Amino acid sequence: MNALTGTRTLARLALRLDRVRLTAWILGLSVMPMGTAANYFQLYPTEQELRAVSGVLTNPSLVALSGPLFDLSIGGLTAWKIGVTEFILVALMSMLTVVRHTRTEEETGRLELLGATVIGRYAPLTAALLVTTLANVTIGVLAALGLTATGLPAAGSVAFGLATALVGTLFAAVAAAAAQVTGSARAATGITGAVLGGTYLLRAVGDTGPTWLTWLSPIGWGLHVRPYGGERWWVAALFLVTAAAFTTAGYALAGRRDVGAGLLAERPGPVAAAPGLRSSFALAWRLHRGLLLGWTLGLAATGAVMGGAAAGIADLTSPNQQLSDVLARMGGRAGFTDAFLGAIFGITGMVAAAYTVQATLRLRHEESSGRVEALLATRVGRVRWAAGHLVFALLGTALLLTVAGVAGGIAYGAQIGDVGGQVGRLLGAALVQLPATWVLAGLGTALLGLAPRLSSLAWAALIACVLITELGALFGLSQWLLDVTPFAHVPKLPGAAFTVTPVLWLTAVAVALGAAGLAGLRRRDMPVT
Amino acid sequence: MTEAIHTAALVKTFGPTRALDGLDLAVQTGEVHGFLGPNGAGKSTTLRILLGLLRADSGAVRLLGGDPWRDTAALHRRLAYVPGDVTLWPGLTGGEVIDLLGRLRGGLDTRRRAELLERFDLDPSKKGRSYSKGNRQKVALIAALASDVELLLLDEPTSGLDPLMEEVFRQVIREEQQRDGRTVLLSSHILAEVEALCDRVTIIREGRAVETGTLAGLRHLTRTSIQADLAGPATGLAALPGVHDLRTHNGTVRFDVDTAALDAVLRQLTTAGVRSLTSQPPTLEELFLRHYDRSPNGAGRRPEVAR
Repeated sequence: MNALTGTRTLARLALRLDRVRLTAWILGLSVMPMGTAANYFQLYPTEQELRAVSGVLTNPSLVALSGPLFDLSIGGLTAWKIGVTEFILVALMSMLTVVRHTRTEEETGRLELLGATVIGRYAPLTAALLVTTLANVTIGVLAALGLTATGLPAAGSVAFGLATALVGTLFAAVAAAAAQVTGSARAATGITGAVLGGTYLLRAVGDTGPTWLTWLSPIGWGLHVRPYGGERWWVAALFLVTAAAFTTAGYALAGRRDVGAGLLAERPGPVAAAPGLRSSFALAWRLHRGLLLGWTLGLAATGAVMGGAAAGIADLTSPNQQLSDVLARMGGRAGFTDAFLGAIFGITGMVAAAYTVQATLRLRHEESSGRVEALLATRVGRVRWAAGHLVFALLGTALLLTVAGVAGGIAYGAQIGDVGGQVGRLLGAALVQLPATWVLAGLGTALLGLAPRLSSLAWAALIACVLITELGALFGLSQWLLDVTPFAHVPKLPGAAFTVTPVLWLTAVAVALGAAGLAGLRRRDMPVT
Repeated sequence: MTEAIHTAALVKTFGPTRALDGLDLAVQTGEVHGFLGPNGAGKSTTLRILLGLLRADSGAVRLLGGDPWRDTAALHRRLAYVPGDVTLWPGLTGGEVIDLLGRLRGGLDTRRRAELLERFDLDPSKKGRSYSKGNRQKVALIAALASDVELLLLDEPTSGLDPLMEEVFRQVIREEQQRDGRTVLLSSHILAEVEALCDRVTIIREGRAVETGTLAGLRHLTRTSIQADLAGPATGLAALPGVHDLRTHNGTVRFDVDTAALDAVLRQLTTAGVRSLTSQPPTLEELFLRHYDRSPNGAGRRPEVAR
């Protein structure tokens, strides 16, 4: 037996466990660039229209958001529009996959069970990296094929696929090292996520100012492969060297530590509970506060960046009539900026809904981990226990949207000299999304109460909302399908007029779903694992 | 004497599995009642029904004079529970969990908490994720034992504890018993633990109570396994009453012996000269195997088990 014995078995196991998850990631990440390109071929059939749009895209705020535009072509525009999103998503996929098959397995003790069989010391790490790399290569190849199929040049398409696969592989390596350093899956995910966020910010600053900062950021490298804009293949070497360094570090650390332990020692905590920790709500606060803080910071930054970008758009006068028609049709009726802001806060609503779902499903996590049993054996009733977590799903999301709206209002208002007015307007645009996110919280609660084993379908519902909204416009989906997502019914503030009816309807649906879920929760067996 | 727990003809099914199949269980107020059965017999299911976590399909349940499904909150104020598989919040320390569970139950005796921490030798400053199984078990035990309640429901509370801590656990339960007269329902698959602590025992198998009564009454079920290195030949051992399954190999004898016959058997062994001796109380699994599944030689009787 050597240190790699059992790698093949573990890799097979990982593929078996992740068959649905990885397939969904691979399909999503390969189709997205293709869809974007196809959309641009429709929107800008002539050179002239392309030229018109380029004026907008060189605006510094948009460059901070999405990077510089390297070539004025459908390909260049596609790489610019989808590049950063694609890279961030592929990095997230790699991070989650590697951590799940290394640290999470170890934390739950499942790896110990396997480790006692014929499994080499490095086998779990190797298997996780193999599976993740395989997924990344598949995404890269399919994305390149898809882009070429739309009629874009092959070289640029390959470059885009390559950059995607390389970003994913690099973050797999970062996660592999982080999973060895820390003692918990959450911390490993946190560290890798922070690295990812940091690289995005470095690139955002670097692309608008000191360029050398961009070259510290793998997301920046991905963009600077320059698909369709005079490909620079040598950038791939940067990825390979860095990924090799992190992988080596991961293996070195894995060879040195004990199973279950991290390199960062656990610090002792308080020997007694603080006086306030005396209710199921106080416990929920302890369990949710870290997540909520992270999301609050993230949405504040997003709101500020978006608000800043919107101000840039307002600076430009309409470069050509057709484009302004397109933009007006896409968003609302009152000009570019409001259309842009309306679209942005629509997306922000769906992003915040990810927190809503996460916070709601925390209930299910508490149940399936078995922790709920000791809790429900005390005076805490089921509904009170659920309410403690649902407060975060409902009001936590309200906080996130408030922060995004206020940050956006300040950033936008400061540039056009109207902070007071814009904070109110954009706060409204953000908060109007709240009832739609509540529908997802209601759905999660209903699943939890009535079909607990299917609870994670709440995630599927959110993904469906995002896909229907994003692809609906591209492929001209029928109206009834578009109407399925709660976000379709939200008034498109700040451009459109506020109507109270859809808001009330959405709230009513959320309340009905939630009530059904809580009634089911009171009636059913606990815990269902 | 009143009954703290009473169930009659309790049935609970999970899909095709019949976890409880007409269970009768009666626990008197103030007694330590052993709830014995092999893995999967339905012990945890019973405890969860008593806690109002699961709802019985049919049959009657009374707990402290109330209905565990309807009067959940009021009853939970008066009891403490240690789950069979203790999981803790990874980010909370053991001390925090003890305090939290105690407060949610309605109060914690802080002097008792400190005393128990010391006796169980638990470091309360560690985070949930870094405790071993035994230490997680201790956290739940201390939280339950330091609460001021009438009834303790303990689901295999010593699984994962080392022998030293098992002994501490037994002492603590005995003291509880003498001092406060608490009622304890102790589920276990370890016969010795039940013997050491319990006044009365109910044995459950495949969802039914197959034996119930005082320990003395069930004494006939217990046998001790003995292995001894002897200086001379073990003559006459096989002829003694109460000796079963005698095997001899190179001067080592192994056999099972009825508890009542132990004294006579040990005398016989010492006449042959004992070099080493280990004795092991039989696990319940073995007891079940012998007592119910081996009928041809008449060593046991087979109870009716409905499927």
